[in-house]
Amino acid sequence: MSAATPLNDLIAGRAPDRDGYVRLDVTPDLWESLARGCAAGLHDLSSVWADGGKVRMALNGDRQRAIVSLQTEDGAYPSVAALHAPAMRLERALRDLYGVRPLGLPDERPWLDHGRWPGRESDGRYAFLPVEGEGLHQIPVGPVHAGIIEPGHFRFTANGETVVRLEERLGYVHKGVHLLLAGADLEHGARIVGRISGDSTVAYAWAFASAVEAALGWSVPPRALLLRAIMAELERLSHHISDVGAICNDASVITMNARCMLQREDMLTVAKACFGHRMMMDRVVPGGVAVDLSSDGVGRIRSLLARLEATRAEILRVYDSMPSLQDRTVTTGIVRPELAQQFAAGGYVGRASGRAFDARKTFAYAPYDRLDFDLKTRGTGDVDARLLVRMDEIVESLKLVGVLLDRLEPGAIRSTALSLQAGEGAALIEAFRGDVFMDVRLDEAGRIAHVHARDASWFQWPLLEAAIEGNIVADFPLCNKSFNCSYSGHDL
Amino acid sequence: MTAEFVIQLLAQGTQMFMVLLVAPLAVGVVRRVKALLMRRQGAPLLQGYRDLSKLLHKESVVADSASWLFRAAPSLIFALTWVAAALVPSFASGLMFNWAADVVALVALLGAARALLALAGMDVGTSFGGLGSSREMMIATLAEPAMMLIVLTLALAAGTTRLAGVADFFIAEPLAVRVSLALSLIALIIVALAENARIPVDNPTTHLELTMVHEAMILEYSGRHLALIEAASYLKLVLYLSLLICLFAPFGMAPATAGLGGWAIGLVAWVAKLLFGAALLGVWEVSIAKMRVFRLPNFVGVAFVFGFLAILLAFLSRGVVE
Repeated sequence: MSAATPLNDLIAGRAPDRDGYVRLDVTPDLWESLARGCAAGLHDLSSVWADGGKVRMALNGDRQRAIVSLQTEDGAYPSVAALHAPAMRLERALRDLYGVRPLGLPDERPWLDHGRWPGRESDGRYAFLPVEGEGLHQIPVGPVHAGIIEPGHFRFTANGETVVRLEERLGYVHKGVHLLLAGADLEHGARIVGRISGDSTVAYAWAFASAVEAALGWSVPPRALLLRAIMAELERLSHHISDVGAICNDASVITMNARCMLQREDMLTVAKACFGHRMMMDRVVPGGVAVDLSSDGVGRIRSLLARLEATRAEILRVYDSMPSLQDRTVTTGIVRPELAQQFAAGGYVGRASGRAFDARKTFAYAPYDRLDFDLKTRGTGDVDARLLVRMDEIVESLKLVGVLLDRLEPGAIRSTALSLQAGEGAALIEAFRGDVFMDVRLDEAGRIAHVHARDASWFQWPLLEAAIEGNIVADFPLCNKSFNCSYSGHDL
Repeated sequence: MTAEFVIQLLAQGTQMFMVLLVAPLAVGVVRRVKALLMRRQGAPLLQGYRDLSKLLHKESVVADSASWLFRAAPSLIFALTWVAAALVPSFASGLMFNWAADVVALVALLGAARALLALAGMDVGTSFGGLGSSREMMIATLAEPAMMLIVLTLALAAGTTRLAGVADFFIAEPLAVRVSLALSLIALIIVALAENARIPVDNPTTHLELTMVHEAMILEYSGRHLALIEAASYLKLVLYLSLLICLFAPFGMAPATAGLGGWAIGLVAWVAKLLFGAALLGVWEVSIAKMRVFRLPNFVGVAFVFGFLAILLAFLSRGVVE
């Protein structure tokens, strides 16, 4: 049995690739000791995936990042989840999607495969974890819900109103993303990636573009980088505002939701006028951006910022002056800081539990490396903290968009006459709900050989199960909304 | 059969059908006010009538596991609630069946309807129905005793448990503001909110199955069954609003001896007060969050405490006066 190896020692002195990642081939022993390092909290697990005959693990140190590759033997390799639980669902998904065999995986139930895939149908029975005790009853919820949300099944075991265990079952919106992407050209690939999780389309497209640019050594015009950041911040703003409204709505404060939805509609209308698409889909492309922002558009966004600031102040004032609302959010659905740390939970889920991680700050990518903004955390880890972290981020994003607009200078928005070749690149981009990891491998013709996209939700969904424990059944919608995890981004 | 008798019968009949007629409108007003406060246009005021007629024309889907109780419950609940609503004096006191309009009878009728609904909620065996029924009964165990205490306070003041008698008493002595009555008013409002599944106790418009109380119990109902249950819940709202009006704002109500003219005035006053009350409810509902389920006993408990204090004060003050 090997001891835990810290990532920092392993890659000290090695120069990272263009994308900031050090790439290493490792032995099974080293693979396991790195996994132990994750469990010991020496570094964070960013993703695990399979590509060709190898399994790969992306790791985040304090300032360094690495992607380690391990050659599988007949599809088998030592399981990461056996040593570090957060990898569990990723590895269960790997078994389903790639047929690799993580040896020693504690939970071998299928995850994304529900027994309906052509050619490998099974009865699809799923054994939920047993819960024993007196007076317990089960409440199955979903996958079809009464609201307009994505499908997912939640199996509650409750004692009266108190939740004893929640078990999630996801995978209902599996689309076969990795097969759709294999062999696609870059343009088509960018369109598919932009639809993996539609609400984070800018962040996904950016992550894909960034990984492709790193793989091919393309440079991006400065104006394009600024425009990407403007779109990403607008995306963040619109979702944070609608999330705050939705959380309040689940506590039956419908006026807050109405206010937030009006503001969100305003933002979407401005996005449509400035970038030609309400969600800014397909606007970030490898090599730059697809549309330029006119001076008229700059004016529109500036006046939008003023309206947003007014809304933000009003929302916060109302929230602060409603004890009945805070009574619902404070101490509800607490995520303990240790868990957020262990699962390397990104976004507001991590930051509300004291984990000071933001890909824009920790691994600052252009143009955030030259921007000044605060990374605020809260320590209580409840619904209230997740809501207030969003409110804090709205302040920062508003400032950022203002500065980004100031820095815009005329110029090209997309590199031209670029060469295509084989290569590999990765990127870690901060979407509104947390860091999106993307790894892209291209073949000689510059077509996509393999793409791995890991949504922040992979490490947030399991924490929702932990957060609801001991809470009451009726508070689940509130907790769930405060997480607002992606189904589509997770089910791939 | 005298002419007097016919007129009395007509008046009582008017009351019975008026509550049924006005109920969907009252609910429409609540919804419209809420929508306007959210800067939405909202559904037309008459949407309640359309909903009922739509549901009545639709097929009723019943689960295989449903027993006779599930099918019988909607009609019984509707009948019980309708009778209860028709007993509360609305536009005139001294109607034909006023002798039956006893507050204790009212509580009993509503209690029976509730028990049926809770049983029907559990009948099909879905987890949501059971969840809703258990929550409903938890709220009821607190709301019903509070209601009884309120009733007794008023009975002590007026010397009768007949609603018409209480109303007559308050019409005669409108200026007698008493602490015990103020406490009863607050307690009755809380009970009314809880009984009508209103915010902060329950949210009638939510889509979140896990947070529902009343809606969770009736999730399995459809078609005419649902129409009857919906109508019963509309009636219940009118009942409680009428009760509040009859006890605490009875001005305009026609006394027993008034003729057709008095009744007409009473009718207009009652409808106006009812719709005003519905509008107030709409404003209240958008200005507060729904409570945690386990916080409800505290809230409804307040009604119980207030009811208890009211009756205590009523006793004490009577001792002083005498």
